[in-house]
Amino acid sequence: MAGPTTPRNLSAVSAPGRDGIGASPPRPDGILKVKGDFAYASDLWHEDMLWGTTLRSPHARARIRSVDVSAALALPGVYAVLTHEDIPGSKFYGLEIADQPVLAIDEVRFHGEPIAIVAADHPETARRAVARIVVDYDVSPAIGPVEALDPERYGHVHAPADYKAHASGNIVHSQHVHHGDGDSAEVRARADVIVRGEYEVGMQDQAFLGPESGLAVPAEDGGIDLYIATQWLHVDRQQMCPVLALPPEKVRLTLAGVGGAFGGREDISMQVHACLLAQYTGKPVKIVYNREESFFGHVHRHPATMVFEHGATRDGRLVFVRAEIVLDGGAYASSSPAVVGNAASLGIGPYVIPNASIDATAVYTNNPPCGAMRGFGAVQMCFGYESQMDRLAAELGMDPVKLRRLNAMEQGSVLPTGQVVDAPAPVAELLRRVEAMPLPAAAYRRTGDGVDLRELPGGVSNSTHGEGVVRGIGYGVGIKNVGFSEGFDDYSTARVRLEVINGAPVALVHTAMAEVGQGGVTVHAQIVRTELGVDLVTIAPADTRVGSAGSTSASRQTYMTGGAVKSAAEAVRGTVLARGRRRHGWTPDLVAGLRLVDGKVVDRADAVVADLVDLLGDEPVDETVEFRHRPTQAFDRLTGQGFGHVQYTFCAHRAVVDVDVELGLVKVVELAAAQDVGKAMNPLAVLGQIHGGSTQGLGLAVMEEIVVAEGRVRNPSFTDYLIPTILDTPPMPVDVLELADPHAPYGLRGAGEAPTLSATPAIVAAIRAATGLALNRVPVRPEHLTGI
Amino acid sequence: MRVTFTVNGRPTEADDVWEGESLLYVLRERVGLPGSKNACEQGECGSCTVYLDGAPVCACLVAAGQVQDRAVGTVEGLADGDTLDPVQQAFVDAGAVQCGFCTPGLLVQTHDLLNRAHHPSDAEIREALSGNLCRCTGYEKIMDAVRLAAARKADARGTAPAGSEG
Amino acid sequence: MEFLRPATWEEALAVKAQHPSAVPIAGGTDVMVELNFDRRRPDALVDLNRIRELHEWRIEDDDTVRLGASVPYARIIEALHDRLPGLSLGARTVGSPQIRNRGSVGGNLGGASPAGDAHPPLLASGATVEAASVRGTRLIPIDDFYLGVKRNALEPDELIRAVHIPSATGPQQFAKIGTRNAMVIAVCSFAVALHPHTRDVRTGIGSAAPTPRRAREAEEFIRAELDESGLWTSGGELPRAAARRFGELVAGAAAPIDDVRGSAAYRRHALAVLARRTLLWTWNDHRATGRAAA
Ligand SMILES: Cc1cc2nc3c(=O)[nH]c(=O)nc-3n(C[C@H](O)[C@H](O)[C@H](O)COP(=O)(O)OP(=O)(O)OC[C@H]3O[C@@H](n4cnc5c(N)ncnc54)[C@H](O)[C@@H]3O)c2cc1C
Ligand code: FES
Ligand code: FES
Repeated sequence: MAGPTTPRNLSAVSAPGRDGIGASPPRPDGILKVKGDFAYASDLWHEDMLWGTTLRSPHARARIRSVDVSAALALPGVYAVLTHEDIPGSKFYGLEIADQPVLAIDEVRFHGEPIAIVAADHPETARRAVARIVVDYDVSPAIGPVEALDPERYGHVHAPADYKAHASGNIVHSQHVHHGDGDSAEVRARADVIVRGEYEVGMQDQAFLGPESGLAVPAEDGGIDLYIATQWLHVDRQQMCPVLALPPEKVRLTLAGVGGAFGGREDISMQVHACLLAQYTGKPVKIVYNREESFFGHVHRHPATMVFEHGATRDGRLVFVRAEIVLDGGAYASSSPAVVGNAASLGIGPYVIPNASIDATAVYTNNPPCGAMRGFGAVQMCFGYESQMDRLAAELGMDPVKLRRLNAMEQGSVLPTGQVVDAPAPVAELLRRVEAMPLPAAAYRRTGDGVDLRELPGGVSNSTHGEGVVRGIGYGVGIKNVGFSEGFDDYSTARVRLEVINGAPVALVHTAMAEVGQGGVTVHAQIVRTELGVDLVTIAPADTRVGSAGSTSASRQTYMTGGAVKSAAEAVRGTVLARGRRRHGWTPDLVAGLRLVDGKVVDRADAVVADLVDLLGDEPVDETVEFRHRPTQAFDRLTGQGFGHVQYTFCAHRAVVDVDVELGLVKVVELAAAQDVGKAMNPLAVLGQIHGGSTQGLGLAVMEEIVVAEGRVRNPSFTDYLIPTILDTPPMPVDVLELADPHAPYGLRGAGEAPTLSATPAIVAAIRAATGLALNRVPVRPEHLTGI
Repeated sequence: MRVTFTVNGRPTEADDVWEGESLLYVLRERVGLPGSKNACEQGECGSCTVYLDGAPVCACLVAAGQVQDRAVGTVEGLADGDTLDPVQQAFVDAGAVQCGFCTPGLLVQTHDLLNRAHHPSDAEIREALSGNLCRCTGYEKIMDAVRLAAARKADARGTAPAGSEG
Repeated sequence: MEFLRPATWEEALAVKAQHPSAVPIAGGTDVMVELNFDRRRPDALVDLNRIRELHEWRIEDDDTVRLGASVPYARIIEALHDRLPGLSLGARTVGSPQIRNRGSVGGNLGGASPAGDAHPPLLASGATVEAASVRGTRLIPIDDFYLGVKRNALEPDELIRAVHIPSATGPQQFAKIGTRNAMVIAVCSFAVALHPHTRDVRTGIGSAAPTPRRAREAEEFIRAELDESGLWTSGGELPRAAARRFGELVAGAAAPIDDVRGSAAYRRHALAVLARRTLLWTWNDHRATGRAAA
């Protein structure tokens, strides 16, 4: 039991159970995880290992006059202090636009930007060294999202000549979508009712529990082995190689245990820093962020300001939507362009609207960089358009669910991007189902001993015994794309090997998919069992020895790497059957009907025609396949038209809340969801995604925000960045629909993100119902609810 | 400094401990027990929950020197060899584990709860686990796991819950 | 850094006299956060865990609870909720079960954070802090204990040995505001204690001024109100207007600031509501128990 956890602990795991797809076998890594034996990135240890630490800017915008590292270097136990001057290769990286310095060069653009890195023999030595680095700053006022739009007056976040891709002025990216006649005067005249609303979404953090960490080990060939918690091994490597001035084959990444991700590990953080220190010192270097550094070390969800106008006829048919969205991208581009694409293309929600004009823009500011977070641009919009639907319903005197169902999109609907929805889109049905679910008990219970505080707003803080408590109910529904969009060559690679070990057929699955908790490894084993009819499946560690699996994001991994594993298993089966044909002279007709079941080759009539062990003999079958979804198209720059997204996914929520209207405290009593997942590959894991996503939506609704004032982060801690505890999280009944998408493997639909969208507006709608307040901003704070 | 204590019943010694180190650091980096997790190091998440003389505490907030001559129990000590504790088994079976970073702390805290309360109500479970953050599961399956573990332990004891829970 | 481990109280005082800058560490729930996040690097830590008597409590002849400085909140809730209902309510809101298994009133007083949840109930019940050094022992009335933001009346060589808290003679309440239903530092908090034998009402405000403080004007108002209207004798209903006025006076006694946890205006507003509600709860309790006793 006791003994250091080394990279050797990242070995293959066997997947227990006999279940194929549609069942819920236990996770292959479950036993390791409950025993405390699962090797997370931060657990890794290496003989002779050093600790890396980062010096970060205390200012949001400043020129660096000088950096003096001599006192740090003089400290015993310090092995290296590096600045941008020590970088052997390129000094920039970035997911879409390489605009982010690995270490600040002459200026800093956000609070927390890395300036120097240290390697030392103990974390405390490294911290003392960082404290001895002297930086001379010339501080300027930070540029926020409002100032960013007026660069003439307030200046540029980056030198104008440095802006790449579509970036100009302080604009990272913008996208217009024009549908029908937009919001022309004639169109406006056709609407009996027009409602206008301005909405704001605060900066949310992924707040995954396992902080950024990794271990970089220099190799004898001059390369580096990095054991890392990430979402996408290959894109990390792609960004690191130019910085380290090493070819890809010398930068080898292996996935170490990941403690959640939610988009926050899509960009690199300490990966390249650890490698630089290892390269420089020739020793293994481990970096583990603490919680405060984690808040500075990864991108957040874009704060948004949104102006919406919805026009409708008296009987509730939507006529047009006009939307103007500004997203605060922070100091560096990260994935802002793709977030803008999502906001623009999904900005009207899951509704059929004949005319729309949408403008989405992300700006550079001196705020923390923003990028991927679960829901990716669709979350902010959903709060906006769903708030509008409630406002419109009120204006029309119509039931809000009825209004939504009346305008709900369905299969065959045309989206504002011109794309025709060619798979089931059961929006109205999801709303019907979630509305039909039984409501929770009327209110908190009053028993002989008074009330149970835990059932009331404020909980054990004892702020009410029922005074001021009002119940409210609200609804929300959203639309999210699955997979990478806008013409991106989105693919995943899987290798499946079938061989006989100890007299039994055993399948090995090898992919580079980042298992971040979602349970992809469980599903891979299920797929292989279904396709190859073997019980024993082993999951190899994810690493860069196999081709890219793409990112564990965009709700795409079950579709993409699941699809790749399915294809690889099919290829293996094909090879096995071809072997049978050669060996036993099976006819093509017979082969066409053969399946692999329980270690046997069986025909259409379930008669056994061969034993898999015999067919395999001592010649393993090993196939690697790249899987692609249907190609998508970039959106037209001027009109936003194009087949931009490969798949859509929908979730509807009903929230029931009790609000202490006098104190402005909220208790979410129940959060019911209905979601279409196409095919529930693993029903238990599907529920886990819906519950987890809904809870992050709850967090955004009532408590989660990184507070930034003049570029400075005010609450980089779990003391003041609050995420829901088990006492804040209500029972969450879920109704899962399975309407197959004919274009997707097994008909499945990505499930991870949709629940994050609609939970937020449903809860806010419920709070509005309880309070009668407009509530145009999330998270809703007690101040908003008490009007103070 | 040197710190001598017992972990999971085993006498343990850590040398060259820096005086400002936490018990969590000593467990993870010095005595080869990284099961207790380091998610916040500010007492807010409970991922580092261990028993200290029988009471669950955040290991990140115990100074290494404070455990001299005391007994520490970690997640690594819950199972009996390959036989999982009922709480561990229930977490696996109920789907309460996703990324698993919160799991070790939740297991110790739940283990303690079920030692003290054989048939906890939902409200009691929630209050007892309110110091253990989980970002993945939304807690629903964790609730299921705790209920399942309580029921299985009751079965093993041959007792049924007295009165229904509420 | 040195790690000092006195085994007895006398040894601890000697150590503290020798190293006045050494930082005592009890439950560590404040100290360790500061160490982990590099906010504090004292020359020495003095571990108080080995001093058994700090973990014990006893009832004095005058019914005062002498609470050892390191008794964790969990024990207070379990063993003293009858005698110290206000403090127990406050204790139940401190952090999480794990924090309550370690954190102590001595640590709350040592840190003297305006947001500490033990302070308002201690103020409302009229506690006394027993501080000691090699020079001797002082009993510091709680009203004189808090000097400024995270500053208290202890001398550098002093340690808190115990807190003397009169057992409740009437209903007590504690309520706090947080933006989450558990595990939250107070945006503001309030405690009220009725002392029927002395016909007194005492209060404590938390997290709404540089120090925890009493709302003296509110106390005087409600004392007078209860006296003049003969309510102590009649056990009648407390007029809503009086409770409301009490709330306003409590809010007026606060001097809150805007910070990341809440605005000053909201804190004032919430205090008024909490004070009104908790006063009514205590008074209604008093009436109910009065009737039950009659
Ligand atoms: C996650 C988390 C949540 C929290 N939530 C709350 C909350 O809701 N409400 C709240 O009030 N607090 C909260 N706290 C703060 C903390 O738990 C309390 O202040 C607790 O009372 C501190 O007690 P301790 O024994 O752990 O103190 P320690 O951390 O050991 O010490 C605190 C301070 O007191 C000094 N000290 C300790 N004992 C003595 C003594 N005998 N004589 C003189 N000085 C002494 C120390 O030197 C130090 O300055 C929280 C802390 C954490 C980590
Ligand atoms: S790591 Fe100790 S409570 Fe979070
Ligand atoms: S399972 Fe990931 S934090 Fe709980």
